[in-house]
Amino acid sequence: MTPSSRRQSGLQVSFFNWLGMVPFALFAALFLILPTIQIVFGAFRTVDGGVTFNNIIGLGAPNILAAIWLSMKISLLTAFLGCLFGLLLAIAVTRGGLPQWLRDASLTFSGVASNFAGVPLAFAFIATLGRLGIVTVILRDVFNINLAGAGFNLISFSGLTLAYLYFQIPLMLLIITPALDGLKREWREAAESLGADGIEYWRRVALPVLWPSLLGTFALLFANAFGAVATAMALTGSSLSIVPILLFAQIRGDVLQDPHLGYAIAFAMIAITGIANLIYIVLRSRAERWQK
Amino acid sequence: MKLSRIASWFTFSLGTLFFFLPLLATFEFSLRARRGVYSFDAYQSVLSDPQFRETFIYSIVMALFTIVIGLAIVTPTAFWVRLKLPKLRPYVEFITLLPLVIPPIVIVFGYIRLYNTSSWLPLTGTVTGTNILLMFGYATLSLPYLYRAVDTGLRTIDIRTLTEAAQSLGAGWTTIILRLILPNVLVALLSGAFLTFAIVIGEYVLAALLDRPAFGPYMVWMGGNKAYEPAALAVIAFAITWACMALIQLLTRFSRHAKAPT
Amino acid sequence: MTYMKLEGLQKSFGKTRVVEHFDLDIGKGEFISLLGPSGCGKTTILRMVAGFESPTAGHISIEGQDITPLRPSQRNIGLVFQSYALFPNLTVAQNVAFGLKVARQKQSVIDQRVADMLALIGLPKLGDRYPYELSGGQQQRVALARALAVRPRVLLLDEPLSALDAKIRVSLRREIRDIQRELGITTIFVTHDQEEALSISDRVVVMNQGRADQVGEPHVIYNHPTTRFVANFVGTLNTFEAVVKDERKGVVTLGDVDLQLTRGALANSKNDKIGLAIRPEGLMLGRQKAPAVTLQATIEDVQFLGSVIRLRAKVVGQSISLDTFNRNNVAPPAIGSVVDVSLHPKDLILLQDSDFT
Repeated sequence: MTPSSRRQSGLQVSFFNWLGMVPFALFAALFLILPTIQIVFGAFRTVDGGVTFNNIIGLGAPNILAAIWLSMKISLLTAFLGCLFGLLLAIAVTRGGLPQWLRDASLTFSGVASNFAGVPLAFAFIATLGRLGIVTVILRDVFNINLAGAGFNLISFSGLTLAYLYFQIPLMLLIITPALDGLKREWREAAESLGADGIEYWRRVALPVLWPSLLGTFALLFANAFGAVATAMALTGSSLSIVPILLFAQIRGDVLQDPHLGYAIAFAMIAITGIANLIYIVLRSRAERWQK
Repeated sequence: MKLSRIASWFTFSLGTLFFFLPLLATFEFSLRARRGVYSFDAYQSVLSDPQFRETFIYSIVMALFTIVIGLAIVTPTAFWVRLKLPKLRPYVEFITLLPLVIPPIVIVFGYIRLYNTSSWLPLTGTVTGTNILLMFGYATLSLPYLYRAVDTGLRTIDIRTLTEAAQSLGAGWTTIILRLILPNVLVALLSGAFLTFAIVIGEYVLAALLDRPAFGPYMVWMGGNKAYEPAALAVIAFAITWACMALIQLLTRFSRHAKAPT
Repeated sequence: MTYMKLEGLQKSFGKTRVVEHFDLDIGKGEFISLLGPSGCGKTTILRMVAGFESPTAGHISIEGQDITPLRPSQRNIGLVFQSYALFPNLTVAQNVAFGLKVARQKQSVIDQRVADMLALIGLPKLGDRYPYELSGGQQQRVALARALAVRPRVLLLDEPLSALDAKIRVSLRREIRDIQRELGITTIFVTHDQEEALSISDRVVVMNQGRADQVGEPHVIYNHPTTRFVANFVGTLNTFEAVVKDERKGVVTLGDVDLQLTRGALANSKNDKIGLAIRPEGLMLGRQKAPAVTLQATIEDVQFLGSVIRLRAKVVGQSISLDTFNRNNVAPPAIGSVVDVSLHPKDLILLQDSDFT
């Protein structure tokens, strides 16, 4: 092959290569990237096409701020509780002296349960803790505890929190288990030989090493909860005005009387979940560097 | 270390309770349709409901289309990136992870604004158009899982070396794809397919906002209108999801055995 | 004066007996190696001394104090692992300071000790680095410094060099020995590499399937192995089976030749089978004067290595290995040819347990 013809076929080959990416590029552009750009731009546009910050400012309206605050609350709470209980469960299952098959079964179950979010989950909780739910009935008939009388209502913030935990905890388990496995046995033994027992070891070595993973997963769980719609829809209907529900209502029927406010809300959602995911990625790469 | 083991069992038991109680409760609740006695009345009512059949079949069909189109786009792409354009890999991976970052409700909002009747691609103007839009929406949602499944499958069989070896033995592209690549990534493809199926069947937001008669919105509607049928629906949905996951596990275990001798 | 005593140590995991009855007295400042193949129990013994395994039977005591019931954190023992086990979230200085921090020492004491330790291992400027920024050899030295910073009574090293490159292994083992000598700290060193053990230890314990086959100084272990296992494991060995002819005079028959052993009377009876062994350097090509004995050997394989020619030959039914120097006017023996091979009876090693299979 002469140099010039090699260069030529090199060019041809690279053009052919790029051609192979067209289907994916088209798909991603049409159904992922363009819609997102549309939203981002739309958030800064007026009805007649001019640029404006009014939509973003409109996010400061009391009902919208309330929705954002509510979403933040439930996302932070379920992320925190999900991290806490998920971590405890993960520790119990990976290094708590439990049989190996229990660990494998838990991981498999978590793989499925983390995808349980949505309508069936809501129904399951209604069947458990709803007015006629089995736990409610048992508590009333056997233990004489009246849930409703005690102020618990499934169709509420606390009920939704509980339901969200059903997929947040397994997600935490799935992600933190490899990090826990990465805690080398030798570190514990080295710490012990240097005088640091159980709690000291966790305080000085294990927790600091796990910290990036914990924080990162917290951010991930936060984003996960923030964007969830179906469970809330099926459980609490429109009674809980979290941001996705607000957006849902706005899309359906322009309840906010301002089409571009919907853009702003959607943009806010992208920004919040985007930042949370960024935090997760940055912390995860930091954690991986240490696990070398 | 006895205390830690007791604590572990205690934690694990609490966890098991929290996760299994709702499943049991749902099943028990679904049997309570007839007053005073356990029966499968709720299931009968659901299964004989024409709406159930319509929406269920609609969702199954959509799932199948999604799987086909999804795999048709993802598989060659994953293959291409591995073989010809490895430098593009981080960018492609980033894109495939975007659906996990951007909430589905935002994506569908984008669809409605972008492809409404006054836009350059008025998909929402017709029923078929909306169906196509919904299908591509589902494909977008399952993109991360499909790509990861196929990419892992290709990585395991070291596609580059395999292709070079085949080419040095005189095989053409058709032979390579049909006789080498496909059989080896079949398991990965099927895993991705089952995952997509589970996702599509239970999906709500996209179908609801695009106003299509899918299984998800049907379930929500039932939740607001009936007492015991929703529980039966939930049991059916759980069973399907579990079946899909179990099949994936079976497949991966089967493929591991098949690969063992090599 | 015994500083550390391991008495009657036994360890079983379920039905498997990993360590048999193990006794060892260690003097203060002594450097002892536990040498043996994988699975011989050497690491288990080390872990029992450290406190991570409890012996099924037996005691461990230091300066007369029984430490067997103590937790690892109470034993004041330094530990160095094969995988370094440096805490990834702490800098080098913080790693070295760890034990002192846990003991709540004053910061000024800690800072001084850390500086001293880093100087001792030759890395005085790397205090602010993180473990992942260091090479394997550097990490292991930091691990050593960390273990020594708390001035432990005993230092335990579990195959510390196995994960390192060959060159570093050789230089680092020298360093470890120098530091140990300088600090005078009693040390137990576990390894499967016999060259390592022989080159730096005061005494070597050769372990085989959970028991100590032989304990002694390196040159004794090499030149006077007391079991076939030790003879085979340490250095290469050619083994023979001979028959006792006269047990009082110490005469045995090897093949069709009589040998006068130099050990005087034998404990065996006449016509007993007895195990003899000789290092390759003890065998010579050609006839030698008495008291050397000459045997007939059939050449099986010739490897021309340059200045050395490595031969494999069959002598009295045994395949043996022997080396001979190249001479430019003599061709190497041909395969299949019969040659004379000589040995001096004083170079023969008597194998006390002839465990022939």
